[in-house]
Amino acid sequence: MTDRAFSVVRAGALTTVQDLGRAGHAHLGVPRSGALDGPAAALVNRLVGNAPEAAVLETTLGGCAVRPRSTVTVAVGGAPCRVTVNGRPVAWGAPVRVPAGALLDVGAADSGVRSYVAFSGGIAVEPVLGSRSTDLLSGLGPPPLTDGAVLPLGRPTRLHARVDVAPQPAPPAELVLRVTLGPRDDWFTPAAVRAFTTRAYSVSAASNRIGLRTEGPALERALTSELPSEGVVLGAVQVPPDGRPVVFLADHPTTGGYPVIAVVRAADLPAAAQAVPGTPIRFVAVRHR
Amino acid sequence: MRALPVGDDALLVEVNSGEEARALHAELLRRRAEGSLSVREIVPAARTVLLDGLAAPSRVACELAMSEVPPAPPRARDVVELPVRYDGPDLADVAAHWGVSAHDVARIHADIEFSVAFCGFAPGFGYLTGLPPRYDVPRRATPRTAVPAGAVALAGPYTGVYPRSSPGGWQLIGTTDTVLWDHTRVPAALLSPGTRVRFVPVGSS
Repeated sequence: MTDRAFSVVRAGALTTVQDLGRAGHAHLGVPRSGALDGPAAALVNRLVGNAPEAAVLETTLGGCAVRPRSTVTVAVGGAPCRVTVNGRPVAWGAPVRVPAGALLDVGAADSGVRSYVAFSGGIAVEPVLGSRSTDLLSGLGPPPLTDGAVLPLGRPTRLHARVDVAPQPAPPAELVLRVTLGPRDDWFTPAAVRAFTTRAYSVSAASNRIGLRTEGPALERALTSELPSEGVVLGAVQVPPDGRPVVFLADHPTTGGYPVIAVVRAADLPAAAQAVPGTPIRFVAVRHR
Repeated sequence: MRALPVGDDALLVEVNSGEEARALHAELLRRRAEGSLSVREIVPAARTVLLDGLAAPSRVACELAMSEVPPAPPRARDVVELPVRYDGPDLADVAAHWGVSAHDVARIHADIEFSVAFCGFAPGFGYLTGLPPRYDVPRRATPRTAVPAGAVALAGPYTGVYPRSSPGGWQLIGTTDTVLWDHTRVPAALLSPGTRVRFVPVGSS
């Protein structure tokens, strides 16, 4: 192993490698995967001078700690957290130089769920179908980080970061998700469609990279027959038999047999990735563009 | 044919049968290959084809409504042969559903030429059609927490082969040693929509 690598000192609750994902293989049953909060991942890459497709770490609530073997520039963004190098506080949301052998500790999220850690040169694990992302549904890509694991880093490009610090949206106190109804809203009673877009939901603790699960009024079906499996998209709001809507996130299955009542606007999904369990959700119906 | 908008950049095109879905899928692939359809994903399923990543879905919906979909082209590709031991733990249950002996389940199943209607559930998992409707079987009342890789299984009108160990509720009738999915191989998936498949019985050890 060359010096361009880091070792994992504290893997945290669930830390994965993520990039832009592997779209284009849905017809083979391959989820797209990729960073859930895409703008945050793009920003930390920009802060260290990486191209947008460079692979970063995505943490979940508890942060992580790593020890680079050579001096690297890192940036931490997404969920705000305390960041230290060898125990000394350093900036969040800005490029930070981490000397070879120093301990970079990404603390637990102060708010939000997922912090992103970019390393100059990017994480250089072997790509699978064109992406280095960990896909938790189908097990493609590198496994989630474990204590003691060593991950390779790529060579830094000569790009210079064009930003030193950048504003990032605060994790949502209330998650407002704009949805276009359909394709299967007619499988629900009119009362259920009304409840979906007017009543209060909240983020369930059972949420993960596959879907944002909700708690709230169960949605009653008008058609109770079985829906033949059909292709589903990122942001689809699928309603399983318990009636509680699930918003499909990056590791979602590519086909499904439960009706999709609506689809969340792509621009609203990064906020969904940062909503902690218990966050109130409102689904607001908008028209198709 | 009905084209339902899905969010702002996708369409779910619904037809009346699996055969129509096959024809539509072939036609959409043809249009993408000739450059008249620009789309990120074309995902066939039981009665639908999903077009995801369209710049102007409403325009594509109009074009589809005004155009003819020719019948599906003949299945020209080679047949993939999967050696199978008909030794699954649900063989007797399937035999009971079919009203035949376990031996006959193997004979009937191995006599059919299947084709991959669509993929899903897991990378490389194909939903194979070909069995006549009288051989439909329900899923198991209680799904297994772990179905081994290579398990050949039935549910509803479909046959499937588990590409890797996973939970599953299908009725297991046999086992194959063929690797269905290997991301280091090109193509990674042995089965993709349209692939013809035959199960070739081999002696159980």
